[in-house]
Amino acid sequence: MKITYDWLKDHLKVSAKEDKLLEKLTDIGLEVESIENLSEGLDFFRVAKIIKTEKHPNADRLKVCDVDVGNKEIKKVVCGAANAREGLLTVYAPPGAIIPKNKSKLVVAKIRDVTSYGMLCSESELNLSDESDGITELSPSKYAKNVGKSYFSKPSSNLIDLSITPNRPDCLGVRGIARDLSAAGFGNLKPVKDKKIKSNKKQTLKVKITKEKNQGCLSFGSCLITSVKNTESPQWLKDKLISIGQKPISAIVDITNYVMIDINRPLHAYDADKIDKGIIVRNSKSGEKFTALDNKNYKLDDGMCVISDNKGVLGLGGIIGGTRSGTELDTKNVLLESAYFDPRSIRKTAKKLNIDTDAKFRFERGIDQLSIEDGLNKAAFLIKEICGGEISKIDIQKIESYKNKIIKFEPKTFEKITGFKISIKEMIIILEKLGFKLKKEKKFFKLSVPSWRPDIVQEIDIVEELVRISGYEKIKIESPIKERSKNTLNPTQKLFHFLQRSVASKGYLEAITWSFTDSKYNDHFKEAKKEVKIVNPISSELGVLRNSIFSNLVMYMSKNLDRGIKDLSIFEIGPIFYGPQPGEQNTVVCGLSAGKKSRLSWIEKERNVDVFDIKRDVIQTLVEAGYNAEKFYLDDESPNYYHPGKSGRIFLNKEKDKVAAYFGEIHPNITKTLDIKTETLVGFEIFLDNLKLTKKSLKDKKTKYSVSDFQKSERDFAFIVDKKISVQDLVSAISNIDKNLISNIKVFDVYEGDNIPENQKSVAISVTIQSLEKTLTDNDLEKTNNLIIETVENKTGAKIRS
Amino acid sequence: MSEIKNIRDQFISKLENDLSIDQINEIKTELFGKNGLISSQFKTIGSIPETDRKKFASKLNQVKDELQNLITSKSREIEGKKINEKLKKEKVDITLPERPFVRGKVHPVSQTIDEISSIFSEIGFSVEEGPDVENEYNNFTALNTPDNHPARDMHDTFYLDENKEVLLRTHTSPVQIRTMLKDKPPFKIIAPGRTYRSDSDQTHAPMFHQVEGLHIDTNINMGHLKGCLNYFIKEFFEVKKIKMRFRPSHFPFTEPSAEVDIGYEIKDGKIIIGEGDKWLEILGCGMVHPNVLRNVKVDPSKYQGYAFGIGIDRLAMLKYGINDLRAFFDCDYRWLNHFGFDPLDVPTNYRGLSR
Repeated sequence: MKITYDWLKDHLKVSAKEDKLLEKLTDIGLEVESIENLSEGLDFFRVAKIIKTEKHPNADRLKVCDVDVGNKEIKKVVCGAANAREGLLTVYAPPGAIIPKNKSKLVVAKIRDVTSYGMLCSESELNLSDESDGITELSPSKYAKNVGKSYFSKPSSNLIDLSITPNRPDCLGVRGIARDLSAAGFGNLKPVKDKKIKSNKKQTLKVKITKEKNQGCLSFGSCLITSVKNTESPQWLKDKLISIGQKPISAIVDITNYVMIDINRPLHAYDADKIDKGIIVRNSKSGEKFTALDNKNYKLDDGMCVISDNKGVLGLGGIIGGTRSGTELDTKNVLLESAYFDPRSIRKTAKKLNIDTDAKFRFERGIDQLSIEDGLNKAAFLIKEICGGEISKIDIQKIESYKNKIIKFEPKTFEKITGFKISIKEMIIILEKLGFKLKKEKKFFKLSVPSWRPDIVQEIDIVEELVRISGYEKIKIESPIKERSKNTLNPTQKLFHFLQRSVASKGYLEAITWSFTDSKYNDHFKEAKKEVKIVNPISSELGVLRNSIFSNLVMYMSKNLDRGIKDLSIFEIGPIFYGPQPGEQNTVVCGLSAGKKSRLSWIEKERNVDVFDIKRDVIQTLVEAGYNAEKFYLDDESPNYYHPGKSGRIFLNKEKDKVAAYFGEIHPNITKTLDIKTETLVGFEIFLDNLKLTKKSLKDKKTKYSVSDFQKSERDFAFIVDKKISVQDLVSAISNIDKNLISNIKVFDVYEGDNIPENQKSVAISVTIQSLEKTLTDNDLEKTNNLIIETVENKTGAKIRS
Repeated sequence: MSEIKNIRDQFISKLENDLSIDQINEIKTELFGKNGLISSQFKTIGSIPETDRKKFASKLNQVKDELQNLITSKSREIEGKKINEKLKKEKVDITLPERPFVRGKVHPVSQTIDEISSIFSEIGFSVEEGPDVENEYNNFTALNTPDNHPARDMHDTFYLDENKEVLLRTHTSPVQIRTMLKDKPPFKIIAPGRTYRSDSDQTHAPMFHQVEGLHIDTNINMGHLKGCLNYFIKEFFEVKKIKMRFRPSHFPFTEPSAEVDIGYEIKDGKIIIGEGDKWLEILGCGMVHPNVLRNVKVDPSKYQGYAFGIGIDRLAMLKYGINDLRAFFDCDYRWLNHFGFDPLDVPTNYRGLSR
């Protein structure tokens, strides 16, 4: 909402400075968004007269004009306007002036070798109208004596742009703002002095609101003004509209705009002669068409509230009028409409047709239902004053009457909500100034809510009004109590934070990427999951919710590699989606590592990052998070986006309940298709929701401390075994023999090739044997040795290598 | 007796020479070997007359100890020299680079969430969460924003179905609804998380982060709201004093509603929080609307309290001097390295939020 202090003063008796006004506006919730000095630099623009025009020597369409800019000065100006001619009075902008429309600063410029000192301006360039065809033509009768004088009459006051919250339609009118200010003690609201129409003439155009379901128009007031002469608006009206950045059009249109801004009462003016018989306000029928004042053709659905006549749709009620019945300069008879439309109906229609107008903006927030006559009175008299003519009686059709809202308000509620007190006297003053009517009952007030406040429906709204006007700075600070009755984080949240920092501590940079992604990437990683499309994405590249974090990480990894880094590890912890319903999401920690270890190191051998690097990162993270590595169970069934031979999945135990993690090399086909320039790309995914939460707290997890000081013995074994048998099986066969005796197992060599039969491998394992109870004898050790060999051979088909 | 003295004098002077380890060992054998000079002397003890025996033995032992000690220290000296010479040859240029290491970082948004949680933890808030995909009811209707409400226009919503029933949550406020439907009052929670609006330019990203706060009890008023936020802002920016302004505003789910500005100034191109005469809007808040409480079956005549919503990314930008919101989600390794935090920097109450 744009206003000026000058306009406010039409309604407010006040003497304070403007900076005080700005402060007060913000204090009562009418936030000042910006303040602009529109008149700054406008004195540059002068009335000027073209003395002579010549064709530009180097351009057919340009003219070189000698312009009388006053003070006996003649300037040479190059101009392209067809209407630039000798004797024309127009507006001249010298070098240094800033053109209002595009804010560009004029300089002395050479145009095709001819120097031009300034510019002759069109109305559009001056923000006076949309007229951009040719330069401004000023009437000789008014301006002949003004050559050299400033074109803009007087410097207007600053343009104040307010951000009005959607609950305050009343403040979409200058008077509403003035009323709020006066309630807050900033000036006094001036009484309304508008005359009431007292006419004997009947409004002869019949208006009918059809009674049907979902009728969007509840009342329709109208007034006919006959024998008018539409004209240019008088200067005061033009200045008023220009001062808030609007363009004057014609007196009738300007008057309706003025009344709308002044008292938030949208009106519509029809050329009465273009209406066929009478007006019917009804629901539209599917397929009906009309051309609106924005020069667009609209095709309507069923049930949109239209103003129509015998021939069809004239306009969309409360949203936009049509070209067929619009007023023009030759309009003789005007029908003024002042109606009330239901906000819900307005919103639905405007949204469907994607129309945004000033009227729509106001009606959907709720217009004062009792302002119908005020608007007609104010506008009709102005039209008569400026355009002449005769005013008819006001005609009001309605299908529903306005009912006064009554709210019970208990004064002590105020303190209960705000924590501070104001006197009952103060409450009464504020509420009365805001337009409430009060009736005191025993413990409470009965408040009658003013008709311009659709937002006020219950007691809490009254508290809000009182605290807003008396000032939020009066709210006392109650310092918080440092007391905690519940854990801040639950076990899942703790795990989340733990995993996050655990992975970061292994050299991964944490990324946060969109929850949505490009289906081109996502398709590689979605597997059997359902694609979740966004109906209205920002762009097609962000059209689906991610089924895997890889969809984003792989893309960003690629971008980083293109930036020139060769070795990089990144990770993200966040949601992936497997369906479109709330809750159909999982939390995943996903990491990606590219390139080499120890690239260009003088001391270490460089090698590609590999699957066992990423395996270490996953296992170590899980172990740090409190899971027992000895219980982990691995197999090689991993999703298709991993290298089939170099990837696996991890379960927290042998029961293979839920997959704790996947890890492995990203499928070379994917890196190739997506053109990811790196030696290797390995990744992992840890599924937070699949990790069983340890019920024990840290203090209970520490079991009794017991260590063995008896001698330990290390024995090495080499088994030859079928390639398909996993080392995990060999190790678990050994460890299950006697957990009390076998304290450690280490795989120290795996070998295939010479001396080993085809399809077999040699696995060398070192086993530490130590008893908790005694020093083992040679005999004991020998027995255990044999048992190890026998068990491994039996369970896995391996043969001990002799 | 003079024999012993001779041996002593002779060998002491011998041991004063520069000797190799082999020569020392030779001397050792010469003296203490099976037929060594000192060993031989010991064998003679029996033949010494009784009267002199004691004196002889004591003298002999004394010389034996003296020579032995000398030999030990001499050989230590030689060994030490040898090692030192060897070590001299082993000298490396310790300015050569160490074995390579990599350093991971935690994203500034994650760090900021941890800081926020730490601060609210101290005053008794616990953390709640909700899904990123929400239904239209939790995101709007239950929050007193019916479908004809113009406030819905302020949220450019991403929808997942044509009927506009399922959407990406536009704020963290639906967590209020979920929490209150799930449990019984009192409520004292914060809910940090991802939020989405179809808005994308220099200062808006289609995804961003918010933290919701909710405190409902029998007697929680606007003074508590002011106190809580005043405490939070001071703690978060780690300043002693803060200039804070509560300004009336409107949100459908709170009444009365406020926006909170903090004072700031720009010094040498850097933003200084808590001083100056410029105002910066940082959050929205208010008393939970009775309609919202009714929607979640909490009796507004018994319970009341406040809610707030803060943009996390914006807080992080202000605190850590980050200019561009879009960069948060661009995943540029240089940016992540620059603005990220060491994983060991866990914000805590006792150690402080930041180093």
